[in-house]
Amino acid sequence: MIPRRLDRPDEAGRFGEFGGRFAPETLMPALAELEREFESAWSDPDFRAELNRWLSSFVGRPTPLQEARRLSKQLGVRILLKREDLAHTGAHKINNAVGQALLAHRMGKPRVIAETGAGQHGVAAATAAAALGLECSVYMGVVDIERQALNVQRMELLGTEVVPVAAGAGTLKDAVSEAMRDWVRTVERTHYIIGSVVGPHPFPWMVRELQRVIGEECIDQLGGEMPDLVVASVGGGSNSMGIFYPFAGGEVELVGVEAAGEGIDSGRHGASISAGRPGVLHGTRTYLLQDADGQVQEAHSISAGLDYPGVGPEHAYFNDSGLATYDSASDLEALAAVDLLAHTEGIIPALESAHAIAWVSRNASRLAGKTVLLNLSGRGDKDLQTIAGRRQ
Amino acid sequence: MTPIREMFATLERAALLPYLTAGLPTPADSIDLFRAMVDAGADAFEVGIPYSDPLMDGPVIMRASEVALAAGTDATRAWAVLEQVAGLGKPTLAMTYANPVMQAGWEAYCRRLSGVGAAGIIIPDLPLEEAGPLLEAGIAAGVGVVLFVSPTTDPDRLRRVAQADPEFIYGVSDLGVTGERQAVSEHVVGLSARVRAVTEVPLVLGVGISTPEQVQAVRQLADGVIVGTALVRRVLEATNAQEAARALFDAVRDLRTALE
Repeated sequence: MIPRRLDRPDEAGRFGEFGGRFAPETLMPALAELEREFESAWSDPDFRAELNRWLSSFVGRPTPLQEARRLSKQLGVRILLKREDLAHTGAHKINNAVGQALLAHRMGKPRVIAETGAGQHGVAAATAAAALGLECSVYMGVVDIERQALNVQRMELLGTEVVPVAAGAGTLKDAVSEAMRDWVRTVERTHYIIGSVVGPHPFPWMVRELQRVIGEECIDQLGGEMPDLVVASVGGGSNSMGIFYPFAGGEVELVGVEAAGEGIDSGRHGASISAGRPGVLHGTRTYLLQDADGQVQEAHSISAGLDYPGVGPEHAYFNDSGLATYDSASDLEALAAVDLLAHTEGIIPALESAHAIAWVSRNASRLAGKTVLLNLSGRGDKDLQTIAGRRQ
Repeated sequence: MTPIREMFATLERAALLPYLTAGLPTPADSIDLFRAMVDAGADAFEVGIPYSDPLMDGPVIMRASEVALAAGTDATRAWAVLEQVAGLGKPTLAMTYANPVMQAGWEAYCRRLSGVGAAGIIIPDLPLEEAGPLLEAGIAAGVGVVLFVSPTTDPDRLRRVAQADPEFIYGVSDLGVTGERQAVSEHVVGLSARVRAVTEVPLVLGVGISTPEQVQAVRQLADGVIVGTALVRRVLEATNAQEAARALFDAVRDLRTALE
């Protein structure tokens, strides 16, 4: 049977056996309201036109599709880069943040909150909130505040309150939990702009709809040509789902690259699909890093954006149904890929995106002569401190 | 009639259900703290199973989970504490999260609860829509499943929760996660009235109820009251298990007095 992508999850919010709505009762009415409001906005031509105006004049869409000529020559693989790093604020996260901020505005919620790992989603949410006149608080783990100091300054300049989260490992998982706790308290006047295709229904579906513009633009820009393979990094999975979805169920091979951290065997990684098993975290059933008792384990990655023990439920569905395959790349491979892209193309990629480059580089011989579309999801300015630290 | 329902039917006042995380200050000492609360007049217990990601809990109970896990309260030791607490003769409910139960299997988990003498289970990230398999497993194993309503729950949804016939309805008395509040929430009177209007399923109020004064303020509104954070905080502040047990005894006695 040919696997099929789903237009939307079923009534229970499930993609196959993944997804759902494992949320505290206090949030259930808000989630139902959000589903109704998003449905109504998404089928409203005025809302879509307004979003498109923001995407073109504020975000700078469409982002370019670039032939990576020197990298292609060096690897013997034709590589096309989708330049999400050139979107306003430096990553694909802004597509979703602007969409959800407009939705919050439409719902009459004066305040938005967000979680952030690498800081890119936090900056995107802070930016969209400032541009729409919304109050904004961003939850960020203390470890990430340390390694992404530049993005903390950016958020504060934009008028956002950055709330440090010391619980757990002080990274993305803990930031999501704390943002959800805020939302349980403030749900009547607050919208939670979740930053990836994770969380309880309707978030995974809504964020995918807001990010699929990446893949749809690629199809337009390719002008009828189809790549052999699309590759993107996977943490929660929004940049990858955004570029995969429009291609899914067709001839094009889709490969998601998770964080292997210090190596899958070391146990210090973020490869939920490659090394986890199904469970519930942050309101959704998906692949999860956990121990035998069902305690959620800490993820590890040099890239704060991939440092998450779960993954979007639609990716879990893509994996199990064969719509996409998932592999991983290590911290060291990602660091080498930063150098590779910087030296061949004059682009410093985010450490997240570098995982996708690393995968192509490692698989160059099997990809020889093929055309690979790679989502360059963000730029690397935020990572300079981390990269410099690893060189000493 | 189940032990929990029987307790509500027999008592002529609202029941006091203290919450305490299992394994505090250590798995070995844990039972002493529950025993002190029995001596002070606790009617039933909500035993928190330490979990890595307690989404519905505020900083105090989060910290308690971390302390208990660090003290070695893995699943095996948590089950042992639960069995000891149930052995004290008061109806005992496990409070945990969806993932550990799902990993064990809904049916296997409920059978094991029954096996250790626990009367019920509370899972705050398992709303009505996701609770079907647990409700079935609970009936099969003779374990009562608790469902939640909140100030944000509309009347239609409230009716559907009641129709699922939970062991009791956990009325979340305030927006937000578990923790102490300055005063009883403005939502609580309306919440109680809405529940009472549609069902005879027992109502137990929790979240943001900490002091004897607050317990006194809500005692006419429900069949029971859950106090958690205020008790857990006393345990975390104590320097050893004996001091914790004494502090709990005093606190629970004062809460019980407020219900008379």
